[in-house]
Amino acid sequence: MERYYKKLFLLYIFLMMMILKGFAQEDDLMKILETEGDEKNQVNFATATFKGTRLIQGHSVETLRGNAFQLLISHRFGRINGGAYEFFGLDQSNVRIGLEYGLSDRLNVGIGRNSYEKTYDGFLKYKILRQSSGAANRPVSMVLFSSVALNTLKNEDIDPEREIPFSSRLAYTGQLLIARKFSPGFSLQIMPTIVHRNEVTESEGYNDLYALGFGGRKKITKSLALNVEYYYRINAPENPELHNSFSIGFDIETGGHVFQLHFTNSISMVEKGFIGETTGDWANGDIHFGFNISRTFN
Amino acid sequence: MKILKISGVLALLIGLASTSFAQKFITKNGHTSFYSEAPMENIEAHNKEVLSIIDFDSHEIVTTMLMNGFQFKKSLMQEHFNEKYVESDQYPKATFKGKFTPNDAIDLNKDGNYELAVTGDLTIHGVTKPIETKATIEVKNGVVIGKTNFNVKVKDFDITIPKVVVENIAETVLVTSDFTYSPYNN
Repeated sequence: MERYYKKLFLLYIFLMMMILKGFAQEDDLMKILETEGDEKNQVNFATATFKGTRLIQGHSVETLRGNAFQLLISHRFGRINGGAYEFFGLDQSNVRIGLEYGLSDRLNVGIGRNSYEKTYDGFLKYKILRQSSGAANRPVSMVLFSSVALNTLKNEDIDPEREIPFSSRLAYTGQLLIARKFSPGFSLQIMPTIVHRNEVTESEGYNDLYALGFGGRKKITKSLALNVEYYYRINAPENPELHNSFSIGFDIETGGHVFQLHFTNSISMVEKGFIGETTGDWANGDIHFGFNISRTFN
Repeated sequence: MKILKISGVLALLIGLASTSFAQKFITKNGHTSFYSEAPMENIEAHNKEVLSIIDFDSHEIVTTMLMNGFQFKKSLMQEHFNEKYVESDQYPKATFKGKFTPNDAIDLNKDGNYELAVTGDLTIHGVTKPIETKATIEVKNGVVIGKTNFNVKVKDFDITIPKVVVENIAETVLVTSDFTYSPYNN
């Protein structure tokens, strides 16, 4: 009897070992893949830090992919405090129509026409750093941005007293956009900015205006996000008519479009305009409703 | 005691057989694509960095891939895929763990074609579902080429598609894999 039990016991051990071996093997295979995967040094790039190429007024670190083409139509209506007579601002409208193109995944160009001061603008945007984890650890994405704006108002509409030289109609903006996607739903961006106006009136301050922008987005649902954007002017002129640009809005995403609906105290949709020439005061209720609609083709 | 001795020898033999003749094949550049026909536009994406390993001794296969490794023709589609549907930030990987039964004993030392019945667990978007499929194996000049395709129901993996776009996206997608395995020595 004792021999019989011993035999059974050994058989049991043997079977257990075979079963365990089977289990161990599957885990081994998974482990091999994990180490091989690590050895591949995969870099995980953060994608979709923001939904669109614009945060609200200004640019975000998002660039169009190479060969992608984007049509962007933006509106800023009149002031909400115009009341029912002005239909809360909707009677007036400022439009910017813009076309943007991805020369590569990193380099974008764009042109636009803004009805505010009949301004034409062009920009270049270059992504110098992409936020990533894994083999290459980059905490932020960075974009160099540069734009030029041309005011094409008739001479007499600017100053009937004198001839306005062409160069006085030009203004330039340079920005460094730095953004980090902290989590799938939360991203922040800071934007050191310089706006150079070839000619300024005394009330507009210096030719070079320095500003620091802050912005962020928080997702509410998968297709809806809340955005905030603020530009603080560092050497703002002592002019009570001019204010820092502050905007708050929602990104709504459907199939191929991104709708951005927002409230802002700026009406210009060109950098030199909303950073340097914002006349609305939130405290006064000088708030404009506006939207950006973008459609990307590729 | 005689039986004990025999079973001991047997165990030793099986143990030896399963270690010394262990035949593992691996790929790091497997190609997996998915395709679905939809009324608005067909959806197609390719991942060419799929990891897969086959053990011809235990008849096991494990495959893993990063969801954000899928490349779409349209960048917006790719963004939606990662951000809204498969949520790649939370669920970065898709895995398959399974076993296969060949129609014939596989001889890795000479060229030949085999058909396999594969069963196992597919995990996408944090949801694991059992699947069954057929695959083919071609042994050629010391490498192993494995191919398979199967249908996946998007709903099975808790991937929700907003009502606004539901008509643009098919509910079933065809997943196709094509892996070229090399011997794994370690």
